[in-house]
Amino acid sequence: MSTAVDTAAPAARTSRRVVTERARGERRLGWTLAGPAFIVMVAVTIYPILQAIYDSLFNYRLTAPGERRFVGLANYGVVLSDHVFWRDLGVTALITVVTVAVELVLGFLLALVMNNAIRGLKGWLRTVILIPYGTITVVSAFAWFYMFDINSGYVNKWFAWLPGIGPSFDWFGSTGPALFVIMASEIWKTTPFISLLLLSGLAQVPSELTEAAKVDGATWWERMSRVILPNMRAAIMVAVLFRALDAFRIFDNIFIMTNGAYGTEALSLLAYRTSIGRLEIGLGSAVSVILFLLVILISVIAIKGFRVDLAGRGVK
Amino acid sequence: MTSLSTKQKVLWGLVAIVVLLYTLWPLASILFTSFKSSSDVTSGTFLPPHWVGDNYASLFAGAAKSLFLPALRNSIGISLIATAIAVVLATFCAYAIARLDFPGKRLVLNTALGVSIFPIISLTTPLFNLWRRVGLYDTWPGLIIPYLSLTLPISIYTLAAYFQQIPWDLERAAQVDGATNWQAFSKVIVPLAAPGVFTTAIIAFFIAWNDFVYGISLTSTSAARPVPAALAFFTGASQFEEPTGAIAAAAIVVTIPIVIVVLLFQRQIVSGLTQGAVKG
Repeated sequence: MSTAVDTAAPAARTSRRVVTERARGERRLGWTLAGPAFIVMVAVTIYPILQAIYDSLFNYRLTAPGERRFVGLANYGVVLSDHVFWRDLGVTALITVVTVAVELVLGFLLALVMNNAIRGLKGWLRTVILIPYGTITVVSAFAWFYMFDINSGYVNKWFAWLPGIGPSFDWFGSTGPALFVIMASEIWKTTPFISLLLLSGLAQVPSELTEAAKVDGATWWERMSRVILPNMRAAIMVAVLFRALDAFRIFDNIFIMTNGAYGTEALSLLAYRTSIGRLEIGLGSAVSVILFLLVILISVIAIKGFRVDLAGRGVK
Repeated sequence: MTSLSTKQKVLWGLVAIVVLLYTLWPLASILFTSFKSSSDVTSGTFLPPHWVGDNYASLFAGAAKSLFLPALRNSIGISLIATAIAVVLATFCAYAIARLDFPGKRLVLNTALGVSIFPIISLTTPLFNLWRRVGLYDTWPGLIIPYLSLTLPISIYTLAAYFQQIPWDLERAAQVDGATNWQAFSKVIVPLAAPGVFTTAIIAFFIAWNDFVYGISLTSTSAARPVPAALAFFTGASQFEEPTGAIAAAAIVVTIPIVIVVLLFQRQIVSGLTQGAVKG
């Protein structure tokens, strides 16, 4: 988010009052134009999260609204001492780490392909790579589900020669295989986004550096690891953080494929199931608030710990 | 460019095929499923044994019509309105960020960033409760308002990135010629900014079109339920058959516009996505 705006032409400093007058006018116009958008963003997010924090302090079920009573932090105690919460946190963390790691490798390969592609191919590659990005997550989930599903799928038939896979193998009947398909659909849809970010990162590596390394006789691998990757650090960090936070909120494809059964439930599904499925507003709000705090925690660790500069200042 | 050797041509041809398989395979898979008859759905083959258009007929004229067409109407209407509101608000906001000096500029951008990484499931519980109280549950406005949390932040920083590349001297020249701030904005800047605004609208629309969490949490009938949510609760023509074919057909119908937009505007979408994320 660089706001490296060239400051307006130095105003004629003939009289100080004119400058402040002008600055004041600019200030007013600035807030007049930016204010509505700012207010809407705050209204649609800050208000509900405050409401969720408030609701999380009550024992509150929609099935028995009359029995609502203040319980302080007891809901948080219930959530944090429940093994289901920790299992779901583990599932969410696993999905986040695995998908982001795979996507980073795949996305980088795709970015290299696009970066070095011959002229006629470049635009075409970028076009096809955008198709998964634009595909609705639910559609992608159904596509992968029908591919692997024991009734409508063809994967079992095609891969029957592999040990353990046969016509009766149910991909969505146990944790490991189900998570595998969930992650595959997630990776398929979101790798293009990462690869486009990395592509623009690649484009920002000064070509004279890579040329100089070439002249000095550096191998391809040395150029990659000593010149290109260090210069792309900022772009990689931004891509990883954005995707990690995105993966941490995973919901759609799990809902479609398993609805969280067989130990594939992520935290978002737990929040949904508790409040909208079971109408336990108090407990569900506590899960929602915890999820929100975890997202903030990840961002803070990334920005402070890894010095990810979201302002894009690191991208020179 | 030196001309390519045969070896290079073959190599790039292979690369192209691999990328093509990666991007299109799942979609091809569901496309072929949508042409299978209900008895062939479990055939376990990639291609349909017999090609039939029954699933599409049922969506537009048959048993699934009452489920699918209202959902399609809801998706198009709600996504378009949420995109339009977000783009208008974001245009003013991004102009101020790119152009004016005012305290709180960073605050606005950081808020946009914060909102875009927000776990939206955390908002659905309180909204679900509030909407039922104020009568917005299962209505268009009841989805349009929360959709702004998806479309507005990305619109703001994508547009801010675009607006920082506009040659502002033209505006200043207009002001020197006696135009007011407002005139300079509307007569000079708007035509220059239009491509960026258009690209932003495409990206914002994709995001709204893709929503599932709000769609299943804040709606209950075909009055406002968008397509992705409707697909999850789809019952096909018969209560006793898996609606696989109908869902596959509906999935293809909602993917077609996306593919068309991507084919027409890939260059703009790529620049918009990377600008918003890297520089925005």
